[in-house]
Amino acid sequence: MPDHPGKSAIEVRGVRKVFGTGDAQVAALDTVSVSIRENEFFTLLGPSGCGKTTLLRLIAGFDFPSEGEILLYGQDIAPLPPFKRPVNTVFQSYALFPHMTVAENIGFGLEMLGKPKAEIKARVAEMLKLVKMEALSARRTSQISGGQQQRVALARALAPQPKVLLLDEPLSALDYKLRKEMQIELKRLQHQTGITFIFVTHDQEEALTMSDRIAVMSAGKILQVGTPWDIYDKPAERFVADFIGETNFLTAAITDIGNGKARATLKSGATIDATVAEGFQPKDNATVVVRPEHAKLTSGKGDLSGTIENIVYFGTDTHIHVQLDSGEAFTVRQQNTRSAGCGFERGDKVGVSIGNDAAQVLRD
Amino acid sequence: MASAFSQAALFEAEAEKASARRHRLLSLPALIIIGIFGVLPLLIIVIYSFLAAAPYGGVQWQFSTDAYLNFLFQRDIFDDTLQFTPDFLIIYLRSFVFAVVTTVICLLLGFPTAYFMATRPPAQRNWWVLLITIPFWSNLLVRTLAIMFIIRDEGLINNALMALGVIEKPITMLYTNFAIQLGLLYSFLPFMVLPLYSSLEKLDFRLVEAAYDLYATRRQVLWRVIIPLSLPGIIAGCLLVFIPALGAYVTPLILGGGIHLMIGDLIAQQFGSGRNWPLGCAQALILMAAVLVALYFYVRNTSGKMRHG
Repeated sequence: MPDHPGKSAIEVRGVRKVFGTGDAQVAALDTVSVSIRENEFFTLLGPSGCGKTTLLRLIAGFDFPSEGEILLYGQDIAPLPPFKRPVNTVFQSYALFPHMTVAENIGFGLEMLGKPKAEIKARVAEMLKLVKMEALSARRTSQISGGQQQRVALARALAPQPKVLLLDEPLSALDYKLRKEMQIELKRLQHQTGITFIFVTHDQEEALTMSDRIAVMSAGKILQVGTPWDIYDKPAERFVADFIGETNFLTAAITDIGNGKARATLKSGATIDATVAEGFQPKDNATVVVRPEHAKLTSGKGDLSGTIENIVYFGTDTHIHVQLDSGEAFTVRQQNTRSAGCGFERGDKVGVSIGNDAAQVLRD
Repeated sequence: MASAFSQAALFEAEAEKASARRHRLLSLPALIIIGIFGVLPLLIIVIYSFLAAAPYGGVQWQFSTDAYLNFLFQRDIFDDTLQFTPDFLIIYLRSFVFAVVTTVICLLLGFPTAYFMATRPPAQRNWWVLLITIPFWSNLLVRTLAIMFIIRDEGLINNALMALGVIEKPITMLYTNFAIQLGLLYSFLPFMVLPLYSSLEKLDFRLVEAAYDLYATRRQVLWRVIIPLSLPGIIAGCLLVFIPALGAYVTPLILGGGIHLMIGDLIAQQFGSGRNWPLGCAQALILMAAVLVALYFYVRNTSGKMRHG
């Protein structure tokens, strides 16, 4: 499907967006650059107010950047109005036209492009089939459920065959089960249509499960771009490590830096291997992170030692909170079995051993 | 058990009846006022319209359809035959044209104004509404007289144009159709802006963004999204302008100088110098009937559009 394999579909170059004037100026986006590949499911992830929706609106054309360029297949689209960009949006509120039927909504974009009636009809039918809404094509948008509205919004945005589809937290209004279904549905649609998806969400789990690549944003900046695996296992900054999943932060003395690796001597005196982000030169003292599932509790001596403060049962696994002798807190996640409990009790003196290749040095 | 249930059901039904009674009581004051000042006068008008005119005003208690005949025909003084005289009809048609033109121009001027107001930040909007209502703070008569001073031969506009050397002789504007039209526009513009504003203020502007996103140009967004969704406001505004404009009395009287009559002046004349109360009543009722018919077609047409987009 991709005409330009490996090419970037959207290239954001040094984009700043400032709202307000004078002293009341707020930079919603602070010099952001990112390249989104063709046919990619790309996610902008971050807490509310991080600038992810602003970036999406700049790509859609609802706002214009204060500085910088936005290239769509090499052409700067930043000054173009939304109706001149081959980019469509699925809105958080769906924004379906209440005075039109489902089919009229889906055909709206094609109609505005001046396509012949027969072509519109065929394409609408195709779209209705794609999102499994054939039976409800004559309904008003107020007469269908939230999940169905979501499908219509998707079909409406896909019908004109945009080069890039923008999705602004489209699943946030759905209940848990429907959201899970739509996540799979979205992935299917992306594969089937071969269109580049740019997806905005604040839900880290959604981002991890759906994306080819994720950009983590905070305070108007992109902190890290990478595959879900990169972002989860090799967070470069404290914010990224903290925002995505649960994690343990440990202070360590860093030595033997080289080849993306280093030795980290923890407060307990134990020394472990840690990975270092590419091109980053850590100082002598830094923070390393270890995910709870990459550490193990032992009744004997480990890399760390401490006392169990609390044990929380989660069904699939158990979280064991340990107060380390060094004063730091550490959580271990242990897979549950059917036959026995976790094997520890509150107040137990325990050791924590950190797996090979489990620690990452943070940039902060 | 069963009797306890039916007992409960009985109580419930009683309570419902009592609450319905209370609700009817609440509407009583309004019903009394409408009865005394709305229905009763209308009845008097209907009755009077079928009576004969007394020579010096008032009515003679004698059934007659002369008032309705006189609307379209004049009785020949000599041979008592009826002759078609379209004088009143022409005044009605002219009033109708005035009212339509007023409505259309008010809509064209009012829509952008209301749109502008509705797209201001929420904190500013109430100030704009306040500004729109400023004309209501002073009496319509005073405001109409002010227009007179602006457009008369030695008025502000003519003096200014002559001082600037644009014209040599004053342009006659007062006591013309133009003056009436101007006065009507001025009086009724706020009645168009306010309902349009309340409709546009509720418009979800994310729908406008969605339309832009789907390749609609600004003009297409206006015709395909904004106007259909603000149709209730357009209907309300048009009714609020058209109906009072059709029956306008003060404005055409002052600015038209009694030469270019509108329906309101015509009816008033029958109760004054015309001394033909039944004719005045008939004219008022014919106006009412015409408005009702026009409304029926207008609402049926526009609400149909609303349903079918």
